[in-house]
Amino acid sequence: VAMTKLGQWLCGLALLGSAWAALALEPSGLRLPAPFRQALLPLPLYLLVAFGCYSLATVGYRLATFNDCEEAAAELQEHIRAARTDLRQRGLRF
Amino acid sequence: RFSGNNFEIIIIDDGSPDGTQEVAEQLERIYGSDKILLRPRPSKLGLGTAYIHGMKHATGNFIVIMDADLSHHVSWYFIKQKEGNFDIVSGTRYKGNGGVYGWDLKRKLISRGANFLTQVLLRPGASDLTGSFRLYRKEVLQKLMEKCVSKGYVFQMEMIVRARQLGYTIGEVPITFVDRVYGESKLGGNEIVSFLKGLLTLFATT
Repeated sequence: VAMTKLGQWLCGLALLGSAWAALALEPSGLRLPAPFRQALLPLPLYLLVAFGCYSLATVGYRLATFNDCEEAAAELQEHIRAARTDLRQRGLRF
Repeated sequence: RFSGNNFEIIIIDDGSPDGTQEVAEQLERIYGSDKILLRPRPSKLGLGTAYIHGMKHATGNFIVIMDADLSHHVSWYFIKQKEGNFDIVSGTRYKGNGGVYGWDLKRKLISRGANFLTQVLLRPGASDLTGSFRLYRKEVLQKLMEKCVSKGYVFQMEMIVRARQLGYTIGEVPITFVDRVYGESKLGGNEIVSFLKGLLTLFATT
């Protein structure tokens, strides 16, 4: 049975969260030199902000490159006109 | 017709008040009832059951599902399908020269934002999940219908997500979404909320 996406996220977060907690907080077992721990501490926040920036940039880019299909729309109207004429000739009454 | 494929068109109308049924009957007279199959239903019953209803009457190997008020080049879908022997071919507004017509900035932003969220949460393997134009192998559609439980357009999204899980191959074709040629489309707060609810449901259950 496959895990749901929510399940995958929870597992991933639990894994990363416990690794971060083990290394950055102060359990009596593991002990890293102070500079490393100080760098690790705000990491989750930094990653969140980085993801936020990435999201904005990506959506912004995609918004800017969202195609406006003038030709296709005109072509569609033309097809509809042609179809109506053709059908009218075949006896369709609208 | 010109591509040499055999086809039939199944029209399922739930008693639309706009005269659809009358026009459909005339089309049946013009093109013959082997090509135009009218299978109306007495009352408005919803998208999922329309698919089931339609499939019971379909005799071909492939099923193309499309909104009746959109038009697109059906033959492209078959070309793409043959290209990669895909199980499903889905129309996408977001890739290639696909796109939209008549959308203002706000609507485009909401669309791109919602799609981004969908990609992050569901990683569906298709760029456009709420498209209204798809080609399925008949067996694939039947299998997916058994598994999907959502209602409305969330059901469309679920089809693609489940298809991915079951290992079906999905090809994409760029489409142009011209805003309802004969009417207005709504995109208000209610639609957004219900979309988010549907997305989160899929996130938690698939």
